[in-house]
Amino acid sequence: MSLINPGFGLVIWMTIALLVVLFVLKKYAWKPIMESLKEREEGIDKSLRAAEEAHEEMKNLKIDNEKLLKEAKEERDAILREGRKIKDKMIEDAKLKANEEASNIVESAKDRIEHEKKAAIVEIKNVIADQAITIAEKILREEFKDKAKQKDYINTLLKETNLN
Amino acid sequence: MIKALRLSAILLLMMMATNQIIVAQHHNNEANEDWEEEVMEEEFRAGDMIIEHITDAYEWHIITMGETHVSIPLPVILYDQGEWHFFMSSKLHHGHDSYKGYFVSHKDFNSGKLVRLDDEGHEMRPDLDISITKNVLAIFLSMIIMIIVFVSVANTYKKRKGMAPKGLQSFLEPIILFVRDDIAKASIGEKKYERYLPFLLTVFFFILLNNLLGIIPLFPGGANVTGNIGVTGVMALFVFIITTFSGNKAYWTHIFNAPGVPWWLKLPVPLMPIVELMGVFTKPFVLMVRLFANISAGHIIILGFVSLIFIFGKISEGLGYGVSIVSVGFSIFMDFLELLVAFIQAYVFTLLSALYFGMATEEHH
Repeated sequence: MSLINPGFGLVIWMTIALLVVLFVLKKYAWKPIMESLKEREEGIDKSLRAAEEAHEEMKNLKIDNEKLLKEAKEERDAILREGRKIKDKMIEDAKLKANEEASNIVESAKDRIEHEKKAAIVEIKNVIADQAITIAEKILREEFKDKAKQKDYINTLLKETNLN
Repeated sequence: MIKALRLSAILLLMMMATNQIIVAQHHNNEANEDWEEEVMEEEFRAGDMIIEHITDAYEWHIITMGETHVSIPLPVILYDQGEWHFFMSSKLHHGHDSYKGYFVSHKDFNSGKLVRLDDEGHEMRPDLDISITKNVLAIFLSMIIMIIVFVSVANTYKKRKGMAPKGLQSFLEPIILFVRDDIAKASIGEKKYERYLPFLLTVFFFILLNNLLGIIPLFPGGANVTGNIGVTGVMALFVFIITTFSGNKAYWTHIFNAPGVPWWLKLPVPLMPIVELMGVFTKPFVLMVRLFANISAGHIIILGFVSLIFIFGKISEGLGYGVSIVSVGFSIFMDFLELLVAFIQAYVFTLLSALYFGMATEEHH
């Protein structure tokens, strides 16, 4: 039965000891320990969050870079495309112009040829007319050399006319 | 399983106690003290031995070799009949002698405590007995250990701010965090737990340290501090006081006018309030008994196994040696179990205290 008979002295000493230890530990052990634990936990928490943020930033940066690269590429492609277009247009224009020029040249050549031809024909006509006149003059001169014959012919002609 | 073992321990103790009483009655027809002492020298009484080992004492007995008792004498402080008495317990000669009329009682309720005989020959306790007994010294020692350990750990925390724990700090930190997160925060709540944390941590480590020291059979271990009803009673009383003084309106309303209970359980006969009010006292009472009984029972079982060796050894020496193999095996098993129980009981006491604090401070219902 002595087991469940608490000693009064023991109870007193235990109470005093527990109070003293509670006070001492509360002030000199638990408080600093809890504070540093909390501080460390907060520190870890903060670091983790900062790392997360840095990671996020990096990700954003990467996305930005990619976007920039993509834009640059697009721009380059656009410039290239434009260039090609201009080049094609220039070639086309040149072709057109050349064709026009060529047809112009041909046209004027034709005109000139026609003109020359006409001039040549006029000249030929003139030459032929001169030649014909000369020949006719010569013939006539030849014809009119023999006066007797002329008179005969006129008399014949006149005789025919009298009959009429 | 632990419960079954506890039960068997109590049964074992009871068997031994009755056996011893019967034996004592046989020999005790003529109360002759000298003769009885002689018998005590000759016979091995397991019950007496066990009780002696788990109760408080005025000296710290370390070892007995043959006829020489090696023990640390402790100061006896008595106040009786208007007079203070101070003397060392060595004056009592290990409880065999009386000094200034005071001697260690061997009778039922007061056995193991200092008494004097009054005029009619009855044993009387002195008015005030605040001797530094074995358990008191063990309490002081463990408190000093705790202060040294935790203040030095706190200094390490201050020195190594924001750094990873090291050495003793890293050993204790998980336990401190366990008490903080899984006991205090979980039971009391995020907002109010900080107020109760110092008490919970102190009690947890005090119980754990003394449970562990209690398993070690040699000085400075061996004192059955957490298996002493006075020690557990003081801690339970602290829990009761803290719970009662931190009880808010909701807590008292729940006790005297519990919501959701039919009115006829409260009105002409206040059945529920009485039950609830009883609960206020039984909760710390159960805390006290649980720790005391668990730790004491563990010690009783181990001591019982050891006693078996001597009981059988008295019958025949060979039998004693034979039984010792089994007994030591069982004792080792029990020691491991005690190691587990040391943690479990520290946890349970602290957890239940925290739950009571949590109940007292809970806001809404």
